[in-house]
Amino acid sequence: MSMLNDVTTRPAGPIVIDIENITKHYVMGEETVHALCGVTLQIRRNEYLAIMGPSGSGKSTLMNMLGCLDTPSSGRYQFNGKNVSEMDDDELAAIRNREIGFVFQTFNLLPRSTSLRNVELPLIYGGIDPETREERAAQALRDVGLGDRLLHKPNELSGGQRQRVAIARALVNNPSIVLADEPTGNLDSKTGQEIMTLLENLYQQGHTIILVTHEPDIAHHARRTVFLRDGLVESDEMSSASRIKELAS
Amino acid sequence: MKRFLYEISESWKIAAAQMRANKTRSALTALGVIIGIVAVTLMGTAIAGIQSGFDKSMSVLGEDVLYVEQWPWARVDDWWNYRDRKKIKTEYAESINRMIAATPHSNLIVAVPTSSLIKGVKYADNEVNNIFILGTTSDFIVTSTVDCKEGRFFNEVESKGGANVCVIGYDVADALFPSGRALEKMVLINGRSFKVIGVNNRQGTFLGLFSWDALVVMPLPAFNKYFSAKAESDVRVKVQDKTKLAEASSELTGLMRRVRGLAPEKKDDFTINQQQAFKSTLDPVKNSIAVAGLFITGLSLFVGAIGIMNITFVSVKERTKEIGTRKALGARRRTILLQFLIESTALCLLGGLIGLTVAYLMCFGIGAALPSFPINFSLGLVLTSMLVSILTGLISGLAPAWSASRLDPVTALRYE
Ligand SMILES: Nc1ncnc2c1ncn2[C@@H]1O[C@H](COP(=O)(O)OP(=O)(O)O)[C@@H](O)[C@H]1O
Ligand SMILES: [Mg+2]
Repeated sequence: MSMLNDVTTRPAGPIVIDIENITKHYVMGEETVHALCGVTLQIRRNEYLAIMGPSGSGKSTLMNMLGCLDTPSSGRYQFNGKNVSEMDDDELAAIRNREIGFVFQTFNLLPRSTSLRNVELPLIYGGIDPETREERAAQALRDVGLGDRLLHKPNELSGGQRQRVAIARALVNNPSIVLADEPTGNLDSKTGQEIMTLLENLYQQGHTIILVTHEPDIAHHARRTVFLRDGLVESDEMSSASRIKELAS
Repeated sequence: MKRFLYEISESWKIAAAQMRANKTRSALTALGVIIGIVAVTLMGTAIAGIQSGFDKSMSVLGEDVLYVEQWPWARVDDWWNYRDRKKIKTEYAESINRMIAATPHSNLIVAVPTSSLIKGVKYADNEVNNIFILGTTSDFIVTSTVDCKEGRFFNEVESKGGANVCVIGYDVADALFPSGRALEKMVLINGRSFKVIGVNNRQGTFLGLFSWDALVVMPLPAFNKYFSAKAESDVRVKVQDKTKLAEASSELTGLMRRVRGLAPEKKDDFTINQQQAFKSTLDPVKNSIAVAGLFITGLSLFVGAIGIMNITFVSVKERTKEIGTRKALGARRRTILLQFLIESTALCLLGGLIGLTVAYLMCFGIGAALPSFPINFSLGLVLTSMLVSILTGLISGLAPAWSASRLDPVTALRYE
């Protein structure tokens, strides 16, 4: 398998995500689970970053934090210079709507809606008028190669196609970052590779991509790998296949 | 603002899709609302129908006519105080008319005596029974809203002379002269013949119970000659101004006391009735229908609301992950709240529409089966039902929608 990151690594832009000493703990009855124990990280525009780590190491927790789905127990989070840790629910919703595109492991499409309607959803919440909405959703679907599947419902699509719809939905609002939590986790390896190629193309087009995975084969597509263990950053370096394998083992 | 509208229209689409996807469940849940709306609509229709039928029946009595009678129309609890009253005599009318003429600026116009009893009427082989035979003067037309369809009412000469002429009601004419042409025919009442000189227009029934059209009117002297034995009499007095009924009534009371020669300390031994008295007898009927209707409505809407609240909670639970996804994509609390409120409201509105349709068909059926019962399916009723449905939907959706809007996006997304 060729190493894509040897091909081109694009120059990174200004800092988008700036977190400092972030912690997150969950209180479960008597016990307190420390999911994140002080993570500091900076991510720039047009980076392609993988977050790796064993199960339970805090990857998803960090991801939710970066995606403004959750607020830290302590620490500072600045997104495009704005302090996220002090925002209320609705402000966070607005940031998610405009700045962040989510790609989930289980696709999370609305089962009874067409591809087009699924992709339109963030635009509805963004208050875009119906004509523009449809135009942009259709364009986003064409961009991921689903121009002929606009009116299909999720159960009429293959797994790979569903994940493409989800990616189109993540991109339709032109977000600052795309967050993908195990995007290939529910796909066979061939379809998974197709999705990774699509993400690589998005990166080449100038998107910022943050990928959560525990698979080295997937992680090595990224240009930078952050390795978590027990809620702490164990390493943060430029990706190299051998190093990723070494860390993951 | 625009965004709000998009969210609302989106919510309606989701609600519609949701109902389409769960047809049976939605229909069953809406059942309570359906029953509630049927109950409220039928109740409203019944009350409005009774009211309008009543008003129509009452208008025959005349808004500006006072009835001097032995007993009040309204029910009394101390009937023993009334039982010894003397009958009203038709001669009182003449005395009252003289006094009216002698009073400057009287509130009263004219007093008309009437005497009546129930008899059969025959013409050739046709016979109708239970006909209201009424003897009166030519002034009767002043107190009556009835017009002649054919012919005319008897004149003063016929009235005073007691000519054997009569004016017959619509139903009487219909039964005795199926082919029309009642005028100038001789009808037999109790073996006496009377010439038909007029036929009344149709008046309708009193709430379908008895017909105002089963009536024969003749000059009082003729009536007295043949039927006076068992007749009931009263005196009707037309007033000048129907907005001054109270003044007219007290003036008439004074006149009647003079006619009866009552000493000042004596109580009235007669009653001045007016159609208002009937109206007050209707109120308890309307009230009991309203209470029964509201009870059924309230109960079924309550049960319906609980059902809808329950199903909305189920819907929130089933779609927790969807809620998480929507939140991740930028749906705010308000958006989610609105979505589930609109879902429960749409369900209730659907129930309301079905209920209205059912009620309409039922009214239609009742109308076809009992043509005399006045059906009054009003727009106001439709709007009220819709409003009630919407309110039920909003109230029953509030708790589940609130809980959905408060869901933590991370927890919701992890939900399987
Ligand atoms: N909502 C939660 N409530 C309680 N504990 C949680 C919650 N989310 C995560 N955790 C705990 O935090 C730790 C990190 O979880 P997570 O971020 O999901 O790890 P990963 O995605 O790397 O597998 C785990 O021990 C997990 O059990
Ligand atoms: Mg995880």
